[in-house]
Amino acid sequence: MGSNMAENHPVGYRWPMKAREKGATIIHVDPRFTRTSATANLYVPIRSGSDIAFLGGLINYVLTHDQWFKEYVLAYTNASTIVSGDYVDAEDNGGLFSGYDPQSGSYDNASWSYAGPPHGPARDETLQHPRCVFQILKRHYARYTPEMVERVCGSPKELFLQVAEVLTKNSGRERTSAICYAVGWTQQSYGAQIIRAAGILQLLLGNIGRPGGGIMALRGHASIQGSTDVPTLFDLLPGYLPHPAVIRGDDTLEQYMRESLVRGGYWSNLPKFVVSLLRAWYGDEARKENEYGYQWIPKLTGDHSHVSTSAAMADGKVKGFVVFGQNPANGSPHAGLQRKALTQLDWMVALDLYETETAAFWYAAPEGWKPADIKTEVFLVPTAGPGEKEGTFTNTQRLLQYHDKAVDPPGDARSDLWFLYHLGRRLKELYLESANPHDQGLRNLTWDYLPERPDPEYRIQDEPSAEKVLMEVNGYTVADHERIPGFERLKDDGSTACGVWIYSGVFPAPGQNLARRRNRTPGNYVDPEWGFAWPGNRRILYNRASADPAGKPWSERKKYVWWDAGAGSWTGLDVPDFPLGKAPDTPAKGQGTGMDLHSGSDPFTLKADGRGWLFAPSGLKDGPLPTHYEPLESPLSNDLYPRQDSPVAKRFRRTDNPISPPGDPQYPYIVTTYRVTEQYTSGSMSRWNSWLSELMPEMFAEISPELAAEKGIENLDWVVVSTPRNQIECKALVTRRVRPFRHNGNLIHEVGLPYHWGYKGLVTGAMANDLVALSEEPNVYIQEDKALTCNLRKGRLR
Amino acid sequence: MAQPVSRESIEKEPRTRRADKAVASVCPYCAVGCSQLVYVRDKRIIDIEGNPASPINEGTLCPKGASTFQYVVNPNRVTTVRYRAPYSDHWEDRPLEWAMDRIATLIKETRDATFVERTAEGKLVNQTTAIATLGGATMDIEENYLIKKLFSGGLGVVSIENQARI
Repeated sequence: MGSNMAENHPVGYRWPMKAREKGATIIHVDPRFTRTSATANLYVPIRSGSDIAFLGGLINYVLTHDQWFKEYVLAYTNASTIVSGDYVDAEDNGGLFSGYDPQSGSYDNASWSYAGPPHGPARDETLQHPRCVFQILKRHYARYTPEMVERVCGSPKELFLQVAEVLTKNSGRERTSAICYAVGWTQQSYGAQIIRAAGILQLLLGNIGRPGGGIMALRGHASIQGSTDVPTLFDLLPGYLPHPAVIRGDDTLEQYMRESLVRGGYWSNLPKFVVSLLRAWYGDEARKENEYGYQWIPKLTGDHSHVSTSAAMADGKVKGFVVFGQNPANGSPHAGLQRKALTQLDWMVALDLYETETAAFWYAAPEGWKPADIKTEVFLVPTAGPGEKEGTFTNTQRLLQYHDKAVDPPGDARSDLWFLYHLGRRLKELYLESANPHDQGLRNLTWDYLPERPDPEYRIQDEPSAEKVLMEVNGYTVADHERIPGFERLKDDGSTACGVWIYSGVFPAPGQNLARRRNRTPGNYVDPEWGFAWPGNRRILYNRASADPAGKPWSERKKYVWWDAGAGSWTGLDVPDFPLGKAPDTPAKGQGTGMDLHSGSDPFTLKADGRGWLFAPSGLKDGPLPTHYEPLESPLSNDLYPRQDSPVAKRFRRTDNPISPPGDPQYPYIVTTYRVTEQYTSGSMSRWNSWLSELMPEMFAEISPELAAEKGIENLDWVVVSTPRNQIECKALVTRRVRPFRHNGNLIHEVGLPYHWGYKGLVTGAMANDLVALSEEPNVYIQEDKALTCNLRKGRLR
Repeated sequence: MAQPVSRESIEKEPRTRRADKAVASVCPYCAVGCSQLVYVRDKRIIDIEGNPASPINEGTLCPKGASTFQYVVNPNRVTTVRYRAPYSDHWEDRPLEWAMDRIATLIKETRDATFVERTAEGKLVNQTTAIATLGGATMDIEENYLIKKLFSGGLGVVSIENQARI
């Protein structure tokens, strides 16, 4: 669901295809009949934006047909935990949970908490207590019936029931099922809740932490996982440490670290990770007396996400912009606003191999601006490509793979590492004499990345060493600069330094760059010596759950990690994701911190209670249970609740960002965006390539024969697609891959738009992102572009 | 009976066979992480192919991965710094070192002019919201690490974002 794996991750899709040859069933639930659908055993159409209704229907089916995996659910999830008496479910409150403040449009989640003390929540192992999670779950999804799924999602009831039967039959001791998703889920105004719904389903079926199970994020970029982990995201420090923020009251390092007190389980080690990070960044100037330099890290004062920053930029509040291999002028939502935002800058640096739409906005944008009216000082800095630099990519399975350098990049092209290193060096020189307290972070930043001996084979002799950076990422003891073998060795007393704690262990000793390993391991299908998977080379997270509470494999067929009583240790095909010597019958301690509060059969080590969360008492801004809302723009009203759409999604109410009201007759069709195999996102990595451009040369709007007939449109006719933000023209591609849905006897049409084109490159064309609104999902700040509304007419713009 | 084969056909061989070296790499497109081999001859890339040793792709590549060679070896690549002065109507080629100095100066000027040490309520924040960075989902983790370290930990920039948000 939410993924067209065959076309967008074709080589990864070889493995489901091989599984199918061995008898596995592939199910594809998608608004469009794609090549994934064509190669699946079962294709189920679904209206864009209705995924939670579908998954909620599956959850309800599993519960009402008593198909949940009892031993797993009782022992490993919070099904038995009793929730606070103040909690009011969305079912009883018109689609809103308790704690909603309509003024601020946000939730206070205090009433969603567990009853009882934080580290010893009350439980009812009989699952009969009316406020236990299991009973709340049952009530919450009781109305998500097959009939309701058919009505809301447009998915035929018989097909939905087939999905439910296949999934339940294929889960349990002997079998597991996996769910794959991509941005079809994340680019919605409740994207995180869709993934949560999949999590609930997989926990009920016992499909988490086990081979062949899980929820796979099929991510779209070579190191997008790495840039999330490291990260280049405003709200995180490396390794998923929260970024200090005024609103959280992170005034001091001590206040910031109080987080570790409420986060039981492994997160109780947070002080070790953050102090080691500060030691890595500020070296010997990170001392206990100055909070290890904590105050040099800026504090967040609000939402500084890409979409919010774009809005601020359009309003002239951002002066300088550095763009690394990215192309917001046609690749980001509301691309017209993005381009306008670039005209408001004082300066912009774009680093790329090619001249992107973003670099060229000042003379080539479709708005036809006069360059003489645009103040922005623009630099296009040429960068290195594959084979022209070394470094690490983290793939979608958390696998770090190092790539080597083969040749120098051409001319003045340099690696981004070169740019960053030499920019930092210059900035440190510019601030060398500063006594200003707020410049001391930069002055003290450790910045020693030139190699001991540059490789004489290459022309570029001042290239920094990626391995030196990776060594800092791995971590070391401060006293002797000895590398540490893993994050278990980190300390909160300033004696260790580590750039990204979850990556620790990747480079444990000189000459042992494990991301560079290319060894196969016959007899072990996870190939533990190919690259390095974080954390600690674990290939499946929470794999303690692959054994039963007593530590025995659930079945011989699904044997993965188990307790070896003789050796007094966990063992198996993978690195056990559990304290190695902690026996399955170890009781949880009533007091203490961290892992002591978990028993030997609590597999979810990062959770405060060690359990998989069917109900999320904290961590989400839009509710403890996934609930069906309509997209911000929808032709339909919500069939399940009076509340139409997400109560906490951010709308950006600005005159240049109008959003259509529900059922707007001016914009009656659903529009969804997608990728094709032969092009790549905004096109900067594919439309300069003659082979790919020839394979997929032109922008199009994919519509059904029914909509085409209604509008008098023939295949390859010009059409204009419009939203209140903008309108674009392209050719119509009339196919049966897009099908209308029936709702209350009406046909609901859907339009599909690829978003790869722009105004630079060998092939050019209209930009789907011109049509998309600025909006944000409340947890992860991603825009909604998988379900909008539009109009469409035959003809051209002019 | 054997098919008749011309001498030319017999003598043909893949160009990769005469490479000086094959360097292990990773496909730059999606996140599956297909392993590639970059073939080099006379200090030039002559081909990029799937790595048969990889448990992920077993030598195969998709249409984009299979065209990685043209992504790198391509006459349309930018190989000099291109500079557009304010209100100018054309690009100019500029020396790399000049551009690096100018960019560093601009960052310092903007940072110094917009830096906020404390909020109106007196909270220490040490930030600027007037500079933003975007990128690096197709870049190495070492590069991402230095973006965060330099711009956040060094300069106090808060809007550091990438494709993972999009």
